[in-house]
Amino acid sequence: MNSLSEIIAFLLISSLTLGAAIAAVGLRNIVHCGLSLAVFFVGVAGLYLLLGAEFIGFIQLLVYVGAVAVLIMFVILLTRPEDEAAKLPGLRWRQLPGVLIAAGVFLVIYLAIMRSPSLLRDVPEPAALSIQAVGEALVSGHLLALMAIGVLLTAALIGAALFAMEGEDGK
Amino acid sequence: MISLPIFLILSAILFSLGLFAVLSRHSMILLLIGVELMLASANLNFIAFWRFGPHPEAMTGALFVLFSIAVAAAEAAVGLSLILLIYRHLRSTNPKDVNSLHG
Repeated sequence: MNSLSEIIAFLLISSLTLGAAIAAVGLRNIVHCGLSLAVFFVGVAGLYLLLGAEFIGFIQLLVYVGAVAVLIMFVILLTRPEDEAAKLPGLRWRQLPGVLIAAGVFLVIYLAIMRSPSLLRDVPEPAALSIQAVGEALVSGHLLALMAIGVLLTAALIGAALFAMEGEDGK
Repeated sequence: MISLPIFLILSAILFSLGLFAVLSRHSMILLLIGVELMLASANLNFIAFWRFGPHPEAMTGALFVLFSIAVAAAEAAVGLSLILLIYRHLRSTNPKDVNSLHG
């Protein structure tokens, strides 16, 4: 996992992901935030591919870039205030507590990672995640969770459709 | 150079960015974007621990991420439709405007 090409790929993908994440939370135009979020999802899918989880990477690409990012863009465009060109206020002193809390949380996680030498253990690269093995595990050991996810998704999407419908009949 | 701590630190940075967005941006859509960032960083942790953990053949981390992606998709759909509903009632997506119990 440490050949030069892999290190270069990691540096490229992680800087793309980080830059897109910073843009997604920091830009003032909310449309740009939504588009940066799509780039961020592509970067995370690239990281999954780099880690050897190809199937998860493609699922991430399909679900997040294909569905969630498009959904968020739809809502951004549907809820745009007409008068003030969808500009958000930039960084203010009021937002300092949020910055401080986020930085504190990062510091705690960072110290915890740095104080765990056991994380540095080198492991051989595992066999690539085969789709067949994932499918067999899903319908054998994790069948109940799969069913629960099916029920959850059905309920959530029916609920979302109900919410979206409610205003149309003037209610 | 590429080892578990690098991925953990990367996902910690992503988590903090998402937390910042949730805590201090004045738009419900950006709040949801922050939640998505935090979810993605948790998923990245799961995949990194699966890759560098002692038993990758059990696929626990990868399967957990599959379920987590499904839950996140449901959460995004419901959250965005709630934002649309609130926008229809209040003509605003600023969470500070949602402060009355009678819409």
